[in-house]
Amino acid sequence: MPRAWVFGDDLDTDQMVPGRYAPFMVGQDTFQNYAFCDARPGFAKDVRPGDILIGGENFGCGSSREYAVAALKKLGVGGIVAKNFARIFFRNCINLGIPVVESADAVSLAKDGDDVTLDLGAAVLRTPRGNATIRPLAPFAQEILSAGGVVRYLAAHGDFPSVE
Amino acid sequence: MRAGDLVIVPISRVMVHDSVIDAVMAGLRDLGKEKVWDAAKVGVFVDHAAPAPTPVVADSHRVLREWVRAQGIQTFYDAGEGVCHQIMVEEGYCEPGTVIVGSDSHSNSYGAVGSFGAGMGATDIAVALALGRTWLRVPESIKVTFRGALRPGITMKDAIMRVVREIGTDGARYACVEFHGAGDLPQGDRITLAGMTTEMGAKAGIVVGTPEAPAWLRPDPDASYMRTVHVDLSTLEPQIAIPPRVDQVSDVSQAIGIPVDIVFLGSCTNGRLVDMQQAAAVLRGRRISPRVRLEVVPASRRQFEDAMADGTLGILSAAGAVIGSSGCGPCLGRTGGVLAAQEVCFSTANRNYKGRMGSPDASIYLGSPYVAAVVALTGVIDDPRPYLEASDADFDALVARRRADRGDRGAASERSGDRSRELVMAMPQRKGPQVIGMDQED
Repeated sequence: MPRAWVFGDDLDTDQMVPGRYAPFMVGQDTFQNYAFCDARPGFAKDVRPGDILIGGENFGCGSSREYAVAALKKLGVGGIVAKNFARIFFRNCINLGIPVVESADAVSLAKDGDDVTLDLGAAVLRTPRGNATIRPLAPFAQEILSAGGVVRYLAAHGDFPSVE
Repeated sequence: MRAGDLVIVPISRVMVHDSVIDAVMAGLRDLGKEKVWDAAKVGVFVDHAAPAPTPVVADSHRVLREWVRAQGIQTFYDAGEGVCHQIMVEEGYCEPGTVIVGSDSHSNSYGAVGSFGAGMGATDIAVALALGRTWLRVPESIKVTFRGALRPGITMKDAIMRVVREIGTDGARYACVEFHGAGDLPQGDRITLAGMTTEMGAKAGIVVGTPEAPAWLRPDPDASYMRTVHVDLSTLEPQIAIPPRVDQVSDVSQAIGIPVDIVFLGSCTNGRLVDMQQAAAVLRGRRISPRVRLEVVPASRRQFEDAMADGTLGILSAAGAVIGSSGCGPCLGRTGGVLAAQEVCFSTANRNYKGRMGSPDASIYLGSPYVAAVVALTGVIDDPRPYLEASDADFDALVARRRADRGDRGAASERSGDRSRELVMAMPQRKGPQVIGMDQED
């Protein structure tokens, strides 16, 4: 069962992977081991594939560093649910194939370590204390996500999904 | 086209820097693209960790140089040439009225000359390099209007920090911040404004009415705005951001006496000739506090050489500054003077997050070059204006008093004297009135 990792507002990408542990600094194979090393020591070791990150406002603000998202992807994070997202972080997640959805109440319902299920089809995050409603993604983003990211989408279709 | 519409747009230029090149190359490879869509429209910069501080970085730079040659990219600036954004604007790579995407969040800086500059992650950049197009949601706009003239000792850095104080780090999320009343400012001040819109979550920041922009590039007369903010420059006080948030901004008067260990003067926000001149105006003929290190990193080789030619760098060096080669350097804690735990930094750059410049247990205050220079001289945060107005004797007395007040406080002491927490507790809610120092709206 996926578990919840609950964060607060304005979680910036320097907290996800500090600049000093960029893949560029420590190598392409090890940078994910530093995910949340200052903000949530032990995260990289304890996170299990499919786990869900839950946050408040402005999740992923700050630096455009995609390796913050790449680290979460490598660690198998199954989705992120927050009140809202910083724009570059949101794009990076869609591009790398991590579901990112907005929910006003997930952060208050879920507690750290809860067993949770992100049901995109039903547009809910199931928690032990009830279901949090999530806002469905735009079809454009859904198409990219269901292909597993923008590179796979483009490799298969040759161009972006329709914006009509 | 209306705000909220999803659009696919052509790009006039793509900016790529050293920090992301591995991921960008991997993206292009996975897309099956051997060549970028148009080598003449790509600019590549080695600035984020340059010159290389470690063998791993050096190897990444080597790979980058080989890639640039193989792609036939002519617009290439190697280590020491400067910060990508400064070069993009000052060397004329930003075409007004076009969309430019960059692999760095401060690509909003290109709005200084009327370009729609948006920062993106490595995969978005790889896609842009492959297709020459990107997708965007048309943003809503926030209108920021400046009126009046700055008083001596106050800068546009103070003005934009006053705006960030009002709007907050997420108040412009997905939006475009439009600056009115700033088109006639020097280009450098406009880069400070546009680049800092990133710290409010903005997709882009555009200065209206710049000399570079064609006449057609102006807001519709009936444009609607999600928010308007007015700033009266003539009543503005020096502003500082209190760690660890860019929007925890107060007047400098609230923070006078806080001890500092290291001062960083540089970055795309405040690393230009004028910024160094402002610091030199305070430091000319004097030595910095023995308790403080001062690092000066010119934003580009052009700014570096101009500051050498007019004697500014000589003044700063004689005052005890370390002069670094042009680049991003300490701003993001990669190279050229990172912070130890418990150290307190005063920086002219744009971010003060935990861990941004080194240890997560260091503290970073942000402010203008004038304040930075006074901090370097006295060892504590202070209002620069009394120094700029004082006679030599009064100036020296001021410095002596501040140095004596500081005593041994600082990183090496048990009690650092960093009052950031109590300052934050005392701050009013930031979502306050939208008119700053003015009582009418338009």
